[in-house]
Amino acid sequence: MKLTRRHTLMMAIGSAVAAIMPFRAFAAVEDEIAAFTGGAEVGTAGITLIAPEIAENGNTVPIEVNAPGAETIIVFAAGNPTPSVATFNFGPLAASQSAATRIRLAGTQDVVAIARMADGSFVQASQEVKVTIGGCGG
Amino acid sequence: MADNVKPRVRVPRDATAGEEITIKTLISHPMESGQRKDGDGNVIPRSIINRFTCTFNGETVIDVTLEPAISTNPYFEFQAIVPESGTFEFTWYDDDGDVYTDSKDITVG
Amino acid sequence: MKSMFKGGIAAVALFAGYAAHADEEANLVINEEIEITVRTDAPAHLENMSTIYSGWVFRSDETQALQMDDFENPGMIFVDDAIEAWNTVEGSKGESCASCHGAPEDMAGVRAVYPKWNDEAEEVRTIAMQVNDCRTEQMGADAWKYDGGDMLNMEALLASVSRGMPVNVAIDGPAQSMWEKGRDLYYTRTGQLDLSCANCHEDNYGNNIRADHLSQGQINGFPTYRLKNAKLNGVQSRFRGCVRDTRAETYPVGSVDFIALELYVASRGNGLSVEGPSVRN
Repeated sequence: MKLTRRHTLMMAIGSAVAAIMPFRAFAAVEDEIAAFTGGAEVGTAGITLIAPEIAENGNTVPIEVNAPGAETIIVFAAGNPTPSVATFNFGPLAASQSAATRIRLAGTQDVVAIARMADGSFVQASQEVKVTIGGCGG
Repeated sequence: MADNVKPRVRVPRDATAGEEITIKTLISHPMESGQRKDGDGNVIPRSIINRFTCTFNGETVIDVTLEPAISTNPYFEFQAIVPESGTFEFTWYDDDGDVYTDSKDITVG
Repeated sequence: MKSMFKGGIAAVALFAGYAAHADEEANLVINEEIEITVRTDAPAHLENMSTIYSGWVFRSDETQALQMDDFENPGMIFVDDAIEAWNTVEGSKGESCASCHGAPEDMAGVRAVYPKWNDEAEEVRTIAMQVNDCRTEQMGADAWKYDGGDMLNMEALLASVSRGMPVNVAIDGPAQSMWEKGRDLYYTRTGQLDLSCANCHEDNYGNNIRADHLSQGQINGFPTYRLKNAKLNGVQSRFRGCVRDTRAETYPVGSVDFIALELYVASRGNGLSVEGPSVRN
């Protein structure tokens, strides 16, 4: 490949953008998480997030969250244009504080689930989901 | 008004008192995220189901706030306690103001 | 024509290239009662493959799971729509599909033998062609767009009541020349990428093309709910996309070329169960 000045410049800009992008995306999630937790410390025990390691298609990704004793679980997709995915509020007749749904992921990213427990504490779980761009899928 | 929006729910027909059951719900809805552009480059405005609730004999089982990242034809699966016979009410709220509902009776024998 | 051993090598390498968790040994049972044959001996006319696999086998665990239960399968909501259409009176003659055909379940076995030769019309017909013939001639109603929503919903309904039955399209008799035309199309390289259907789906099934896990290109599961566009997709629309993806001039939906191709590709799956509406990527 002929390395012209234009090529080199484009590659440099490209890698600079790539380096900044995930950082910006993560910052947006940090703000939303802080808004939910009020800056409180977030533990990691007592919450499960089940998501595929590789999503067959980013348009429909099945996930499941479970946090026994939680009042609310919020799910974020750290790399989506807007990170909020869903907020699950459990009522008195919820048998277990768990829910499954299907979400859209714009690209490979962390999916984060944070629960506010009945005692006011917060716990979180996160998992990276790889989202592939198809080859000849048309 | 979104066209052709149809809810479907799966609830067992009967249960024992206090039993924990699994409920599955699906509603056909495009969930236009507000991220897409049309052929002329104009953004297609967001139009989604933004809230889903399930109650049993008036008491809340689950209350979900949906964002555009929920897939087309939103699907939810969750667990409910069935203290007595009664009716599950399911409600979906659309950005455009429409409200879709479904209900299922359950018998505690 | 082609090397006899290519098929064998592809089969061995079936899941070699794929990192995600696809359970190649899994069997598909729908609603804990409908057994779907997803792998079986290739039909006699296939020289280059010994085993045929449904597209289901090539998908991730999560995608496979979506098809195991009619509530989880998002394609089934379109079947519900079709049941309504089935019972709706339409057209100048005041009939619905139900008026002549009874309940949708009574159509079990129909999907399994399509596309097929129609004696009266003296042509090979796909299900869509037959549905439109019923609509225009028997009901006096408007024809549906070939791969439009209404037609795909109805195809999904007709497929769903035949699930578990083996695909069994005729390749001889009056259908033979169309079948041969479809076979020739399947093996002809076209387009800027100079690819034939066989290059990917016979020589390289199980391998990855970029991030796509190539299947054998069987159509026993059509119409299929694609996660990619969250709706039902028809066979000929899929053909159209595939041909376009090889950077070839693609054919119109409903064209003689695609009818021939559909007949041929369906016959490559003779023995697999009707599976539609399936769930794919």
